[in-house]
Amino acid sequence: MSVDTATVAKIASLARIKLGAAEVEAMVPELNGILAWVEQLGEVDVTGVEPMTAVIPNTLRLRDDVIDADPLTGGGIRDKVLANAPAAEHGFYGVPKVIE
Amino acid sequence: MTDLTDLGVAAIRSGVASGEFTAVEVAEAFNANVAAAQDALNAFIVATPEKAIEAAQAVDAMRARGEPLGKMGGVPIGMKDLFATAGVQTTAASHMLEGFVPQYESTVSAKLWEAGAGMLGKLNLDQFAMGSSNETSFFGNVVSPWKRNDGGNAALAPGGSSGGSSAAIAARLCPAATGTDTGGSIRQPAAFTGITGIKPTYGRCSRWGVVAFASSLDQAGPMARDVTDCAIMLEAMAGFDPKDSTSLDLPVPEWEAGLNADLTGKTVGIPREYRMDGMDADVLKSWEDGIAWLKDAGAKIVDISLPHTRYALPAYYIIAPAEASSNLARYDGVRYGLRDLPEGAGLQDMYAATREAGFGAEVKRRILIGTYVLSAGYYDAYYTQAQKVRTLIARDFEAAFEQCDVIVAPTAPSAAFALGENIDDPLSMYLNDVFAVPASLAGLPAMSVPAGLNREGLPLGLQVIGRAFDEQGVLNAGLAIEQRAGFTARPAKWW
Repeated sequence: MSVDTATVAKIASLARIKLGAAEVEAMVPELNGILAWVEQLGEVDVTGVEPMTAVIPNTLRLRDDVIDADPLTGGGIRDKVLANAPAAEHGFYGVPKVIE
Repeated sequence: MTDLTDLGVAAIRSGVASGEFTAVEVAEAFNANVAAAQDALNAFIVATPEKAIEAAQAVDAMRARGEPLGKMGGVPIGMKDLFATAGVQTTAASHMLEGFVPQYESTVSAKLWEAGAGMLGKLNLDQFAMGSSNETSFFGNVVSPWKRNDGGNAALAPGGSSGGSSAAIAARLCPAATGTDTGGSIRQPAAFTGITGIKPTYGRCSRWGVVAFASSLDQAGPMARDVTDCAIMLEAMAGFDPKDSTSLDLPVPEWEAGLNADLTGKTVGIPREYRMDGMDADVLKSWEDGIAWLKDAGAKIVDISLPHTRYALPAYYIIAPAEASSNLARYDGVRYGLRDLPEGAGLQDMYAATREAGFGAEVKRRILIGTYVLSAGYYDAYYTQAQKVRTLIARDFEAAFEQCDVIVAPTAPSAAFALGENIDDPLSMYLNDVFAVPASLAGLPAMSVPAGLNREGLPLGLQVIGRAFDEQGVLNAGLAIEQRAGFTARPAKWW
């Protein structure tokens, strides 16, 4: 499979990365080079093989249902959460208007 | 008096504990080296000399009170700028996170500070840990302290992504540093700079507070000048963390106390698929040397097969970008990091402009590949197929470990290349990780130890891969190689 400029533009839009026409143009052969190379995985017989889900056998743990059990990841730290926001206003994240 | 910056972790710790020198003296000596080398090597994004002094003063005060010092008591280290450090800018070497000041400390760095280590600064790396030469950093290339012996003055790559860590250790700017390894990012830079580094079993070190690249592969580990120092530092870094859902709930073994270079009764596997056509003659020779050293240490050598080796790298370059495209979706210009809001732009335009301005070319390339292989119509052909191949690669190792205890192979297909040599061809850059990626896909512990110099006078590394949870076996084989390689070469100081 290979990609053309329209496909690269679509992927960029799905990934929410603005790319100019020249950048899309430059990315087409680069992505095609990589895709042609990963194509060789199609040679491998994977009949009856399950896709990997965990490299090391592990079980997902449940923690006790306690509020703020770990203060680092609990609540009540609004100002810390907002400390690195590019536009924090009135205790909220500020974003451009989304409703006309 | 000895130059304190020539000492490693164990020597500093024992010298501080015995009172031969103070932790503050050590921190001052390394702070001076960091400052003097910054313009030439660019190993650090931010230096934090005051943090190093502060931690050293605390250790000296503990000693004065007669309290026991920690595993890393009095040892100043470099922190890869992928670990969140409270109050100190953490960037992942990206413009996207320039100015980002974490409000919390990563688990791994917190453990190191608790163990008595101090921070010399935040080390440069490939942007979001994506790269094998440290040329994708927004904050400029790291330059290796090593030079070829051809009389030329080519600036060499320190490897990547932990290139600031490797360069700083090789240049004696720090005795040890943290690294992270997704597909070779501890081992390949260690090999390129003549130092030692270990990626433990996936889940040994908490990923909490580490900027995410590919979460099923990302694993932190220590980089230092010898195997013993790596064992000490890994003990301080590892351990169960309820804040990381894939953290291993296992006690941390006493790896340092368990070090034993006698390999009598052990079997070392030599994977025939790693012997590739057109392989560098010096790399091949270093491998042969390694095999002879392991025999000398008492090990039995067997030929093994890892049949799916050649598919590991293409599988990795589907899986890692796929995970990266999901992980890096968080950089949206809303909660933290850069925001680019063109005049009159709406929310969607703001996302796209922010991500265009914030990410470097290699990061964009990988996000686009990842988005493509996960998109409707291609998911099964690429992503599911790659995850099935990953299962086969893990099975190859399981079968091999029925015949041997550890596997030994070169770390990288060549010695360090010059900066700029591979940057225009993403594929040739990716091929650098051909020997490192299989162990990453299988989540196995793997380390690189220096084996010698090539004909250009540049270091070559040997890689030891072990069973899951058997860091001790890896460290012991590494120690056996280290004792026989007698690697004492260091870069001549030009910076």
